[in-house]
Amino acid sequence: MSKKRWVQGLIVIALVALGGYAYQTRQVSHAGESITAVGSTALQPLVEAAGEQYTGEHLGTFVNVQGGGTGTGLSQIQEGAVQIGNSDLFAGEQKGIKANQLVDHRVAVVGITPIVNKKVGVTNLSTAQLVKVFTGEVNNWREVGGANLPIVLINRAQGSGTRATFEQFGLQGRRSKTAQEQDSSGMVRSIVATTPGAISYVAFSYVDKTVQDLALDQVEPTEENVTTNAWKIWSYEHLYTKGQPRGLTAKFIDYVQSAAVQRTLVRQLGYLSPDQMTVDRDVHGQVTKIGGE
Amino acid sequence: MKSTQQLERQLKRHSKAARLESWGRFISFSALLLIVAVVVGIIGFVASKGIATFATNHVSLWDFLTEKTWNPNIKDAHGNPEVGALPMIVGSFLITILSAIVATPFAIGTAVFMNEISPNRGAKILQPVTELLVGIPSVVYGFIGLSVVVPVTRAVFGGSGFGILSGTCVLFVMILPTVTSMSTDALKAVPRYYREASLALGATQWQTIYKVVLRAATPGLMTAVVFGMARAFGEALAVQMVIGNAALMPSSLVAPASTLTSVLTTGIGNTVMGSLQNNALWSLALVLLLMSLVFNLIIRLIGRKGRMQA
Repeated sequence: MSKKRWVQGLIVIALVALGGYAYQTRQVSHAGESITAVGSTALQPLVEAAGEQYTGEHLGTFVNVQGGGTGTGLSQIQEGAVQIGNSDLFAGEQKGIKANQLVDHRVAVVGITPIVNKKVGVTNLSTAQLVKVFTGEVNNWREVGGANLPIVLINRAQGSGTRATFEQFGLQGRRSKTAQEQDSSGMVRSIVATTPGAISYVAFSYVDKTVQDLALDQVEPTEENVTTNAWKIWSYEHLYTKGQPRGLTAKFIDYVQSAAVQRTLVRQLGYLSPDQMTVDRDVHGQVTKIGGE
Repeated sequence: MKSTQQLERQLKRHSKAARLESWGRFISFSALLLIVAVVVGIIGFVASKGIATFATNHVSLWDFLTEKTWNPNIKDAHGNPEVGALPMIVGSFLITILSAIVATPFAIGTAVFMNEISPNRGAKILQPVTELLVGIPSVVYGFIGLSVVVPVTRAVFGGSGFGILSGTCVLFVMILPTVTSMSTDALKAVPRYYREASLALGATQWQTIYKVVLRAATPGLMTAVVFGMARAFGEALAVQMVIGNAALMPSSLVAPASTLTSVLTTGIGNTVMGSLQNNALWSLALVLLLMSLVFNLIIRLIGRKGRMQA
């Protein structure tokens, strides 16, 4: 009997202690503001890192970052369920989105390159050849100057921002033929690395020694070539807000766009900063030189 | 006078036990109510979203079930969106049936060994092993499939290695423990005197197993297989990692294909709520839900039939 009492007392003490601890910590995490950013997985690492830095410097704030994909980000921001929608695409390019309600904040530029398995033996393709490879007109690497291997196409999922950008600027608006689809860039890279004859496309930051990136029309996929639009397959990374941002949302977006973050975090994580670009591209793909260049 | 009134009140008052009982009944009933509400809610939600493809976006149900091009972003020559779900439906069924066909002999063999041939060793070794298999998360199966099964398939059968064959290999291991443990239960349920009578008539052990035990346990074994199929049909992650996710009619077992679940998991994050692309995915989810309902019905039917025979 007394033992039971003892246990009960212990439980009560533990509960009180936990409650007290929760009460104490509540001050830190809830007293300030918190915002939520949802969407593109390609942009997620940057927003996460920037969010961590920002909350480290501004105690009492919290930036909650979630993935889910570009479509999720845009639909959540359109519904007003979150404060920021991360997107690889212009809102106008995504079906079912009323772009005029949303305000675009460009925070980074991502270059995308075709990658092939190392056994393919090709390091350069002309744009016409690339289109033929992805539309299925060519089925063997021999036909474009490579080894005698069947071509294995690997696409990103339909509606992925990377795929949309690649088809628009890499395949000149043509659509890839139906083939394997994977839902993440990391998965694409590991499959290309291990499958003979495989070709796909990823952001520059995903290219490593296990795969071969391709030059197109002798233009190398480098950051410099992206800044001048010599390498055409790139896209802006957008933070969308519903209407003009206010409060913490505005401060956070300013922070991400600030020179400090653009010079350090954005480049460390393998993105380009929009400040580096010597050209500007609008939602219809029209490229204009930025004045003063 | 007063004492009789008091006695009456005492007798008519609810006792503590009676109050406890009604309270317990209330709690368990509300738990049931909550579960029913959740199930009805899920079915209602998926159905309302899934039907929107046909009601709001005016896709014909027949086209959805029989067309072979899955391209919700694109409209065909007649202005109808290309949402033909046949490749996924065929892929799902093919992979389910194949993995059940491969898994069944192994599962029943294991169950027979555990129950009839060597109950002692079976219980000591095989039982924990099959239970361990159940506990392995599906992403681990998928990862092993991606790094072992796919390269082996590619080396042996050619192609890219991604396809229904790899999916079958992975799924077969995944549903094996389910089918095995349910088969074991089915064999255990066969009364001991069946075996005794058979042996007494001079039948060998094998004759007893084949002609008596397995026959008597047939409804239970079928339930086990259908249960395994239901699990295979709904499995998403592991299959998605090895099947290749190409919304094409499967032309061979080593060509990339797709299942309802794999298209759902890769696609849902890239679509906008309320758009046709999103609704089409919900329609796939509705097909999945209806199919698992069908599997449940089959299990029920088998169970009822089995009981009548016994």
